[in-house]
Amino acid sequence: MRNYEVTFIVDPVLSSDEIKGTAQTYEDLIKDGGGKIVHVNEMGLRQLAYPINRRSSGIYYCIEFEIESGAIISNLELSMRRDERIIRFLTVALDKYGVQYNEDKRNGKIGKVERKDKKDKKKISRTVAPTSAIAEARSKGPSSGPSSPEVPPPAAYNEPGNEEE
Amino acid sequence: MANRDDIKFLSNPKIGKKRSKYCRFRKFGIKHIDYKDPDFLAQFVNEQGKILPRRITGNSLKYQKKVAVAIKRCRHLAMLPYVTDLFK
Repeated sequence: MRNYEVTFIVDPVLSSDEIKGTAQTYEDLIKDGGGKIVHVNEMGLRQLAYPINRRSSGIYYCIEFEIESGAIISNLELSMRRDERIIRFLTVALDKYGVQYNEDKRNGKIGKVERKDKKDKKKISRTVAPTSAIAEARSKGPSSGPSSPEVPPPAAYNEPGNEEE
Repeated sequence: MANRDDIKFLSNPKIGKKRSKYCRFRKFGIKHIDYKDPDFLAQFVNEQGKILPRRITGNSLKYQKKVAVAIKRCRHLAMLPYVTDLFK
């Protein structure tokens, strides 16, 4: 069994039924080819970082699926290339860490941990309560790391100051 | 022998010291880098949208390569720009 993930951007000009229909077409295509859909992630309308075909936004979809062989992929990509409703697509094979990551993300474990790392670096004070014990254990790691070098400097600063007085 | 704590310095000796860099993926045990998370990947990109070198990010070679691939995938999906000014 192999795991794949296909992400595509649907034209936002279409009606919502057409958009849902487009995603459904590719789900059916995968199912007909013997694949098993693990998860469909509707990421919704997003602003594009640069215009594609004079569109500045798009509707993102991500289908994760499991299949015996990758033979269907070329067929899938060909039909996406021919489809005018699709602005852009990307198919990626997932390794075991990728599968694990997606599963954890669905259970709400991961996104917060990475935000946490980012927060430590950029020092944005946004409080996100970690849900699982793993997230808590991980959040303790980075917080103790940078804080310990920050504690001694004030003490060292005061000592020469006292000396001068 | 005088302990290091007993010595009084006129200037703070910790001021000029560089904080040692580390690979965050190794340190926090992150095994997979998601190409659909532009907020996370934005940390490894400069203001013009260029990928930062290893000597600045401190990533290990293994994960720097993965970061680079993830950023390129993210750009293809128009979640990160290929070229910009004043990104961030």
